Amino acid sequence: MHMADALVAPVVAGTMYAASAGAAGYSIYKVRQEDNQKKIPVMGVMGAFVFAAQMINFTIPGTGSSGHLCGGMMLSALLGPWGGFLTMIGVLLIQCLFFADGGLLALGCNVWNMAFYGCFVGSLLIWRPIMKKGASRLKIILASVLGCVLTLQMGAFSVTLETMLSGVTELPFKTFVAAMQPIHLAIGLVEGLITAAVLLFVNEARPELLWGVGEASKKEGKLSFGWTIGILGVLALLIGGGLSLAASSLPDGLEWAIARVTGLEELETAEAVIYAGAEKVQSTTSFLPDYAFKGSESAVGTTVSGIVGALIVVAVMVGSAFLFRYFRHKKKQS
Amino acid sequence: MSKIGQAISEIQTLENISREDRWVNRLHPLGKLVLTVFYITVTVSFPKYELAGLAGMLLYPLAVFTVADLSFGDALRRLRVVLPLVMIMGILNPFFDREILLTIGRVPISGGVISMLTLMVKAVLTVLAGYLLIATTPMDEICRAMRVIHIPKIFVIVVLLIYRYVTVFLSEARRITQAYELRAPKQRGVHYKVWGSLLGQMLLRSMDRANDIYESMQLRGFDGNFRLGKKAALRPADFLWPVLWALVILALRLFPVVELIGRIFV
Repeated sequence: MHMADALVAPVVAGTMYAASAGAAGYSIYKVRQEDNQKKIPVMGVMGAFVFAAQMINFTIPGTGSSGHLCGGMMLSALLGPWGGFLTMIGVLLIQCLFFADGGLLALGCNVWNMAFYGCFVGSLLIWRPIMKKGASRLKIILASVLGCVLTLQMGAFSVTLETMLSGVTELPFKTFVAAMQPIHLAIGLVEGLITAAVLLFVNEARPELLWGVGEASKKEGKLSFGWTIGILGVLALLIGGGLSLAASSLPDGLEWAIARVTGLEELETAEAVIYAGAEKVQSTTSFLPDYAFKGSESAVGTTVSGIVGALIVVAVMVGSAFLFRYFRHKKKQS
Repeated sequence: MSKIGQAISEIQTLENISREDRWVNRLHPLGKLVLTVFYITVTVSFPKYELAGLAGMLLYPLAVFTVADLSFGDALRRLRVVLPLVMIMGILNPFFDREILLTIGRVPISGGVISMLTLMVKAVLTVLAGYLLIATTPMDEICRAMRVIHIPKIFVIVVLLIYRYVTVFLSEARRITQAYELRAPKQRGVHYKVWGSLLGQMLLRSMDRANDIYESMQLRGFDGNFRLGKKAALRPADFLWPVLWALVILALRLFPVVELIGRIFV
């Protein structure tokens, strides 16, 4: 689900960076408040653990495919939402730097889509309320599966929104959602079960390691209950909306492509509105406004002289780079 | 090589390359970090039909790869992660956006084809730029740059620790999966009956290890501060490198340089 740099517009990336930075700032404040120096090495080591554990393949019974561990839910069940969130950012940063999985510009989006939902929504709204009165096998399975499925659905929906708002794909919004949500429903289910298996093991071996089990104070209980109902309500609406959209266009998923290919026009009003809105936002706030010469945007850079120029520029650049290397190696050899 | 083994070797290769004694490596990490983010931002800000303008953006990665004598192959191999996703997003553009924007000879080219190519080129350029940063800047230097711009200490220490232990845990994960595979041949992954215990054991060991690490950090006088070694004095090149490149990149974005060059010949 890692978004690449090429898929985000600067304005979308900037907004998501700001949102993720806000959540990170608050997490740092909360971790500092805990004033537990031991937590820092534990966060570092758990980050490395999740990184490595995500590379292990787990066979899904009855199918030929395999699934992986869900990092955000797992980390926040052990470190709490704040520590878990900061650790996930670290994991995502290293993934993007060393494996080009994600990108520096898209990091804000990826942190939001994977770490924010997984850690904050997963632990504060699902894990903690369920574990309020102590843990049991059933509760751990329920919390893990529900947490992974819900947070992955939200993540997938955000990926769709961010890509649409960036205007890089011509895919209709509905089709995109219909493709993303069901896939991530299946992934979330499997990831939830793997995460549950690990947390069940931890609960049996060292229950004290689990965060937020049976520790809800009266005040917290009241607060989190109100928040829980409110936010879960909004989420249910959002996800229900997404899923029903998906379901409505699922049976004939290929129709759109065929219709388009055969030239039958089908105007999707919702999509058109979102698109127009997105383009309006982009054109007014984009980091570097489109410069216009010779008329409209569509003409820019697609003229014959543009193509010729591009070919010449690339040829000259590649040629000189090649010559530079050739002469330097020759010099080294002599 | 297994997927995990490949990851370990990739990290180690990058670590070695970034510690080589090149003048690009010696530049201040903050300049390189800011320049990389700037380059990526400008690159993705090109409108979707502006394939020609994007061609000019190849100048920065190509020049630095050449001057620093870095391998293009290593960098392009990283595209295998990004490209499939970008392909999915772009591959249908030609079907949806069929307005003809250009005719070369008798071949009409639609907007969708151009926007798809633009997306691919953007993916290649941004991945190259990311590689340039990490291949010329060791992780502790990147963390130093993060500290310079006041990214909180707690976060930077966590990142450094994750990075420090990633190879240790990857090796452990490799040992575990290898041992499992040898005892369970013809099985594609870990059987569901041992999902919990396999990872759980590793997790508990990691927790114990974190405890040991904490104790040894305490014994060495860890007080919540992370010392990144002596600061090198700033040199003029540390400023000039990012500023000059930023100007070039900006010029390529704001003026139709490539188109003007083309017009000389057409």
